[in-house]
Amino acid sequence: MVPLSWYLGLSAMLFTIGAVGVFIKRNAITIFLCIELMLNAVNLTLVSLSGFFGDVGGQLFVFIVMTVAAAEAAVGLAIIISIFRNRESLNVDEVDTLKL
Amino acid sequence: MNFFHTEPLLAIIIMAPLIGAAILGLLGKRMGERLIGLIACSTVAMSAILSFYLFFKHHAELEQGQKFYDYLFTWISVGTFRADASLLLDSLSAIYILFITFVAFWIHVFATGYMRGDKGYWRFFAYMNLFMFSMLTLVLADNFLLMFVGWEGVGLCSYLLIGYYFTKDFANDAAKKAFIVNRIGDFGFALGVMLLFLKAGSIFYFDDPARGIHGAFNWAFSQVHDPLALSAIFAGGITTIAVLLFVGATGKSAQLPLYVWLPDAMAGPTPVSALIHAATMVTAGVYMVARASSIYTHAPTAMMIMAIIGAATALFAATIGLAQWDIKKVLAYSTISQLGYMFLACGVGAFGAGIFHVFTHAFFKALLFLGAGSVIIGMHHEQDMRRMGGLKKYMRITCLTMLAGWLAISGFPLLSGFFSKDEILFKTFTSVVLPAPWPRILWFIAAVTALLTAVYMTRLIVLTFWGDERFMDADSASSHSNEGHGHAGKPHESPKSMLIPLIVLAAGAILVGFVGVPEILSVGQTGNYFEHFIHQSVEGPTTQFDAADAGGDWYRQFIEEQRVEWILLIVSTAIALIGMGFGWVWFKRKPLWEPPSLLEHKYYVDEVYDAAVVQPIKQGSINVLWKFIDVRIIDGAVNGAGQLADLFGGTLRYLQSGLARSYVALVVLGALLIIGYFVIR
Repeated sequence: MVPLSWYLGLSAMLFTIGAVGVFIKRNAITIFLCIELMLNAVNLTLVSLSGFFGDVGGQLFVFIVMTVAAAEAAVGLAIIISIFRNRESLNVDEVDTLKL
Repeated sequence: MNFFHTEPLLAIIIMAPLIGAAILGLLGKRMGERLIGLIACSTVAMSAILSFYLFFKHHAELEQGQKFYDYLFTWISVGTFRADASLLLDSLSAIYILFITFVAFWIHVFATGYMRGDKGYWRFFAYMNLFMFSMLTLVLADNFLLMFVGWEGVGLCSYLLIGYYFTKDFANDAAKKAFIVNRIGDFGFALGVMLLFLKAGSIFYFDDPARGIHGAFNWAFSQVHDPLALSAIFAGGITTIAVLLFVGATGKSAQLPLYVWLPDAMAGPTPVSALIHAATMVTAGVYMVARASSIYTHAPTAMMIMAIIGAATALFAATIGLAQWDIKKVLAYSTISQLGYMFLACGVGAFGAGIFHVFTHAFFKALLFLGAGSVIIGMHHEQDMRRMGGLKKYMRITCLTMLAGWLAISGFPLLSGFFSKDEILFKTFTSVVLPAPWPRILWFIAAVTALLTAVYMTRLIVLTFWGDERFMDADSASSHSNEGHGHAGKPHESPKSMLIPLIVLAAGAILVGFVGVPEILSVGQTGNYFEHFIHQSVEGPTTQFDAADAGGDWYRQFIEEQRVEWILLIVSTAIALIGMGFGWVWFKRKPLWEPPSLLEHKYYVDEVYDAAVVQPIKQGSINVLWKFIDVRIIDGAVNGAGQLADLFGGTLRYLQSGLARSYVALVVLGALLIIGYFVIR
């Protein structure tokens, strides 16, 4: 049986990749995918800890996270599409109209 | 002997017109005129037949002052406060439902002819039936709150029907005026009922052992008479209740100073003027006062106020009626004047005489209004008497029936108005309720009013039916031809559906007076039957002076009283004949005699009210409420909140760099700090 620490290690790696991706990338879609990666890293933690402690609550949380992620994906993609239609660009640094 | 009975048929009397109103209001738009007329008339006919049936069935019991209840359900029950939807038939409400349903039925029949071809035919009859429901509820209610329901209901229907021609500005203005002025009165009425509950602990009129109810009038009986003093009005006792209720009556029954709505109410169709603004609704105030007679007899100050206002209104309105050119306006002021008579009667303690005048007035005034309606239709919607004249040749039956109404209202001997008006004059003269000089003064005012009544009614008849035919030249010159009637020209007699009600009501105006023949004229001196009957529910003129008067020589007093009654009878007959004779001679010679402009302009009361009440409210609304409170304070607060948010946001936006990665960095940093805090701890 795979020990818990492996799962947590994998999850930590995935999360770090996601966080770094959000940091260094400028393309909105890539950033978006990185956010999804972080969400799923957390999901993995929740599932594995749920199995470890024998508590089904963790898996329930995963469903909620997935639901929210789905909604967030729909809204986020819609925003990205309309930004692209308006600006012909997906560079997040260019979207700064509200800045003084 | 069981004093209280149950009579389940009472509910049907009020429900029949309500069902009619519901059918016509919901489905009437798709019905033909015949069917609408049939439904409207048959529901009222049903109420009328039931009223007559109950009257004759229970006649003996009613005559002994027994009461019939119809308990439907308990409407409100909070703590000790209780109001039921329950109906009461006693001799007072029996008289009222008899003439209301009878007169209303014939007015409905008349209206089927009068409203022919009108687009809102169904709407008109739905309102009329709704009015009947409200009016009968008002009269049959057995407590003040249910009476108030009917009271407001008739006000609503009055508003709807005055504004029936809602595309015309003047009709809408008149409707609003009626509603708002009535509101002032209703405010007094509502306060009066509240105070009554506070003092008496009940808003029911009488006891009902079956329901364990104690009537408010029992409380009134147990009170000592309030003193006759102005301070009693503000003492918060029985006089205050009486005065507040009377304020309600002045609104509904168009007394000084709230009468101004009634002349304008003539903007509605003529059958409405006949039914609501002459025969029934406007007498609701008199009904309420008579109903509360046991309160009033304990409040001499309120009685005095009522008598003075009644007499003043009678004289005031009669002088205005003398100078109007619009045929309906003359009748409107005449109605106000006659209502003044009724309140005068109640104010001097002769509630029976007041109700008797309500009763006879319903017949002859409905007749006169319907006659005027017939003339208006015959003249192709012309209401100005200056453009009438000589109509007797063209409208024979209308003319004959209106003559009956004219003789009745003027007090021609042995017609209905003669008996009731004479009764009021006599009771005023011999009143023991008011202190010494007042009965004579009020009698004099009432007598002068009787004279004026005879004069202005004669003027109306002469200007309309006699003299030169003034409509021909007027017709060609006036802007009248563009009203789209197409058949302008010679006046014509009205259809049968309008003439039959006129004939029936004319017979009524001539004959109904005989139910209240005064004692001295009655065969075998059997006494005034009507008064005897009505005094089973209404208190007679009992006062604090009575005890002293009830000495040994009552017989001498009785003979003395009869002598006075004979003299007054002859005097009032003479007054009526002089008035009619003078009017006949004067207006035949000078039909277009210009009355003093002060009278023609109704003493400028509307202008005074406009300057004293309407304009200050308007200006106050514009300059204070709108331009200051609304614009400055309310809008200012809303805009201020917006500006505040703008200020904060404008300051905080300096924190935003616009670089997405810097935000991410801050988020990660924050997360690390929190995690670090937990780790270190």
